[in-house]
Amino acid sequence: MDVLSQLQRQLADFLASLYREGFVDDQFTQLQKLQDESSPDFVMEVVSLFFEDCEKLVNNMAKVLEQQVVDFKQVDSHVHQLKGSSSSIGAARIRNVCIAFKTFCEAQNREGCLRCLQQVNHEHAQLKANLQSLFTLERQIVAAGGSVPAMQ
Amino acid sequence: MLGDGDKMWLKCLEKVSGNSCKIHHLYYQYIGSMRIRKTWWRKLLVAWIGCWIAVSVWIFWYMSSQAFEKRKETLASVCDERARMLQDQFNVSMNHVQAMSILISTFHHGKNPSAIDQRTFARYTERTAFERPLTSGVAYAVRVLHSEREQFENQQGWTIKRMDTFEQSPVQKDDSVAEALEPSPIQEEYAPVIFAQDTVAHVVALDMLSGTEDRENVLRARASGKGVLTAPFRLLKTNRLGVILTFAVYKTDLPSNAIPRERIQATDGYIGGIFDIESLVEKLLQQLASKQTILVNVYDITNQSHPISMYGSNVSDDGLEHVSALNFGDPFRKHEMRCRFKQKPPWPWLAITTSIGILVIALLIGYIFHATLNRIAKVEDDCHKMRELTKRAEAADVAKSQFLATVSHEIRTPMNGVLGMLQMLMGTALDANQQDYVRTAQDSGKALVTLINEVLDQAKIESGKIELEAMPFDLRAIMDEVLALFSGKAHEKGVELAVYVSDAVPEMVIGDPGRFRQIITNLMGNSIKFTKKGHIFLTVHLVEEVMDSMDVETESSSRNTLSGLPVADGSRSWVGFKIFNPEGSSHTPSPSSSDLVNLIVSVEDTGEGIPLEAQPCVFTPFMQVDPSISRKYGGTGIGLSISKCLVGLMNGEIGFVSIPDIGSTFTFTAVFSNGCCNSNDSKPQKQRLKNQSNTMSSTFQGMTALVVDPKPVRAKVSRYQIQRLGIHVELVLDFNQGLSSISNENKAVNMVFVEQEVWDRDSSISALFIYELIQIDQGTKLFLLGNSLSSSRTNTATSGFYTPSVITKPLKASMLSASLQRAMGGNKGNPCNGEHSSLSLRNLLAGRKILIVDDNEVNLIVADAALKKYGADVVCADSGKKAMKLLKPPHKFDACFMDIQMPEMDGFEATRIIRDMESNGHIPILAMTADVIQATYEECQRCGMDGYVSKPFEAEQLYQEVSRFLQPITSVNL
Repeated sequence: MDVLSQLQRQLADFLASLYREGFVDDQFTQLQKLQDESSPDFVMEVVSLFFEDCEKLVNNMAKVLEQQVVDFKQVDSHVHQLKGSSSSIGAARIRNVCIAFKTFCEAQNREGCLRCLQQVNHEHAQLKANLQSLFTLERQIVAAGGSVPAMQ
Repeated sequence: MLGDGDKMWLKCLEKVSGNSCKIHHLYYQYIGSMRIRKTWWRKLLVAWIGCWIAVSVWIFWYMSSQAFEKRKETLASVCDERARMLQDQFNVSMNHVQAMSILISTFHHGKNPSAIDQRTFARYTERTAFERPLTSGVAYAVRVLHSEREQFENQQGWTIKRMDTFEQSPVQKDDSVAEALEPSPIQEEYAPVIFAQDTVAHVVALDMLSGTEDRENVLRARASGKGVLTAPFRLLKTNRLGVILTFAVYKTDLPSNAIPRERIQATDGYIGGIFDIESLVEKLLQQLASKQTILVNVYDITNQSHPISMYGSNVSDDGLEHVSALNFGDPFRKHEMRCRFKQKPPWPWLAITTSIGILVIALLIGYIFHATLNRIAKVEDDCHKMRELTKRAEAADVAKSQFLATVSHEIRTPMNGVLGMLQMLMGTALDANQQDYVRTAQDSGKALVTLINEVLDQAKIESGKIELEAMPFDLRAIMDEVLALFSGKAHEKGVELAVYVSDAVPEMVIGDPGRFRQIITNLMGNSIKFTKKGHIFLTVHLVEEVMDSMDVETESSSRNTLSGLPVADGSRSWVGFKIFNPEGSSHTPSPSSSDLVNLIVSVEDTGEGIPLEAQPCVFTPFMQVDPSISRKYGGTGIGLSISKCLVGLMNGEIGFVSIPDIGSTFTFTAVFSNGCCNSNDSKPQKQRLKNQSNTMSSTFQGMTALVVDPKPVRAKVSRYQIQRLGIHVELVLDFNQGLSSISNENKAVNMVFVEQEVWDRDSSISALFIYELIQIDQGTKLFLLGNSLSSSRTNTATSGFYTPSVITKPLKASMLSASLQRAMGGNKGNPCNGEHSSLSLRNLLAGRKILIVDDNEVNLIVADAALKKYGADVVCADSGKKAMKLLKPPHKFDACFMDIQMPEMDGFEATRIIRDMESNGHIPILAMTADVIQATYEECQRCGMDGYVSKPFEAEQLYQEVSRFLQPITSVNL
């Protein structure tokens, strides 16, 4: 019981820090709300889908940006997609980078785009690590027989 | 000369004008190429100046030569005239001498004894001297052969004397002459003078043949038979230059063709006249006028190489000279007259001035062309620079717009967070006040997002690209929104906020609600910023109403204000409006424009006012009264300029009056179409807009309320708000009137609204009133209209046994309705708002078949889960094409959420195709978009979408949009 409450507090702290540092926003909360008994792993599914998607998009963009003549339109559409999915899951930091990214695309600024791509990669890795530890915590709590506290 | 000059001038003029024409022509031909023109012009200018210098030199030369010619001619004519006269006079004298010779031949030689002796001759000649004005003396010498000498000498009583010695010593005294002279040596013949005029008596007895000059003269005279002249010489005694004229006297009349020998034979004697040439010429010249100007010389030029001067000073002048020949009747002797001008020729001023004048004119013209050229070049340079600057300015403008776009993007992101949190807060259990606060916060946040969009629109306004929408809207709802937006701030500052919309204003008007709200929000925002106490009063009237009441209202309005503080007289702010000055205005509110609604909106505040010196530039963009103000109050300064533009677009005018430390009143007019007349086409929207207020009003329809307020203006506002709920309102000034009104049996008063001010004035009277009210017992509810929460709370605490519900101002129909509901029907209470919307959403969406179209898998899943949560039956499609297939009629879908930006086929296109496929029926298609900009919204409408929802879903907005199309299935639950 002691372990469980400790874990639960840990989870709450961790989540709070995630919000505080702006990794996720309230959309993530909304997402968590959508998870119920009928789809117990909903968030994880969506998030992993997002990460897959993200990796794919990042790779594509990197390829396009490597080329001699950069097709900024293509990059822009990728960024748009990434922005859409990141705001859907509430990955605030990635979305913010995407906003800047889009501006660079419109300005056809290759340097800026590359910098943003790197940033996206970085944020993506961080978020992935963070969320993985979050899920691990949740699983531990579930394994310990507790329930994941519902978000307010 | 003058004629010549004129012609010249004409020629010159012709030339000048011709040239200038040509130049103009050429100039226009070359106007295109600047560089060529520049060098070309320089050359032309030099050529022009050179040419004109040559021309003026030529003119000078020509005119001076003309003058010279003229002078020469004058001289010639003058000289000739003098020569002729001289000659004539000389000839006259000569004729007289000749006549004398005939006299002598007749009376001396023709008579024996002679009729003439020396005395007779002398007397005669003396008396006839006037006939020979030029001869100083006349003498007669007779021809004496040597053989006759003795006889002759005896006869005369003197010896013939020789002349040469006499000539050598002319200085001797007269009287001694006769004795001193030697007798003439023996000659072949002699010519002793026998008669002489008294003036030359000293020559008597002298042998003329002995003098060299005289001898030659005598010989020639008798040979030719004509008068002959000696060379000029110094006369005896007078020592003046003179000539001697000699005529021969013949014995017999000789034929005119007699040969010289016969003549010599026939010679009897010689008559000689002495001419004083100098005095002759002098006299002559004196007779003539122009002696002063002309210098005359007379020469004997018998010997060509040594002309002998007979008259005139020998001034060496190499100037102009005219020579006229003189004929004195002696063919052997030649004379001439030389005339010169005394003065040097005057400067040819006419020529000089003319040529210089022409040169000056030419130079001036050249200068003018030069200056023009320079000016044109300068202007062109300036123009070029201007263009450059314009380009730079445009670039800067583009940069500014980009900056604005970026910044507003950046602002929108955190704003989403704020709004989301507020949304969540709404979902929690809140009481009415809290709910209102949250809603206000949310509204303000939304207004901020709108404002950002509006900042983006500033660029549009600046380029004049902004277009107004034309959609029906409820003006009063807009006013409520504005009120809600500012009520928080007003509370904070303790400023009373009120809205009054005249009953004459139609419920629905057609226009651009967003822009209209923008103007009002801006004006209100300014007012609230600068107002620390008092009130802000927003009124909407019809222009016609105001015009009617214009002269009535002016006096009473000074004290009769909402907060009792003085205000700037609003009517002064629109005196300049064209709409109030029918003459010269294009859009007078004429009876024919019954379809148009002329609104006049004014915002009155009791703030610190605008300093007089800053008033003229209030509507200039980015211009704030004082830089310190932006530090103190914030703000960009574009608000009023945007408002002015927007008002202009609404065919209205904006104006203000402001008195420092008293307040400002901004007034604007706007022209809308009347929305009530053509209500058919836009029913659903109208329905929706009316929806809220209708549901509220239906509850209270037919009730009666009493408002106790001594201030008519404030009471009017209260009445307006309460009336909107369908409640009949009566106004009374104090409790007594109120009680009498309530106790009136004929009608039931359902509620009483008491102004806090009245309530607080005397708690005992208030208590009494409550007591009376309970006594009457009609179930009348009592409400306090309070300015701020805190004060009303303290008051309710003290008021004891009956606590009336407090409705905080500003009054709003919705707020009022909520409070009334809570107070009147307990179980009818307003459910929590968040629950309300999510509940309603469940109601709306449960069992609905909804299609979600998005290429982004993550989005799809999230949207799917969200909608499923509300019980909807969701189908997903990941491309526009799939959606198209699924929506091919017949289909079972109730609604479709469509992403806009998708590869292959975007949402707009898919919608367009779907709309084309639909034969009957209309599936609601809502766009899902992250950026909620006006432009996107317009685009959505254009391609047939029904609305848009933000992505990710926001419960409130989702509800709003969905409720427009889907009727709740189980309305019983409510």
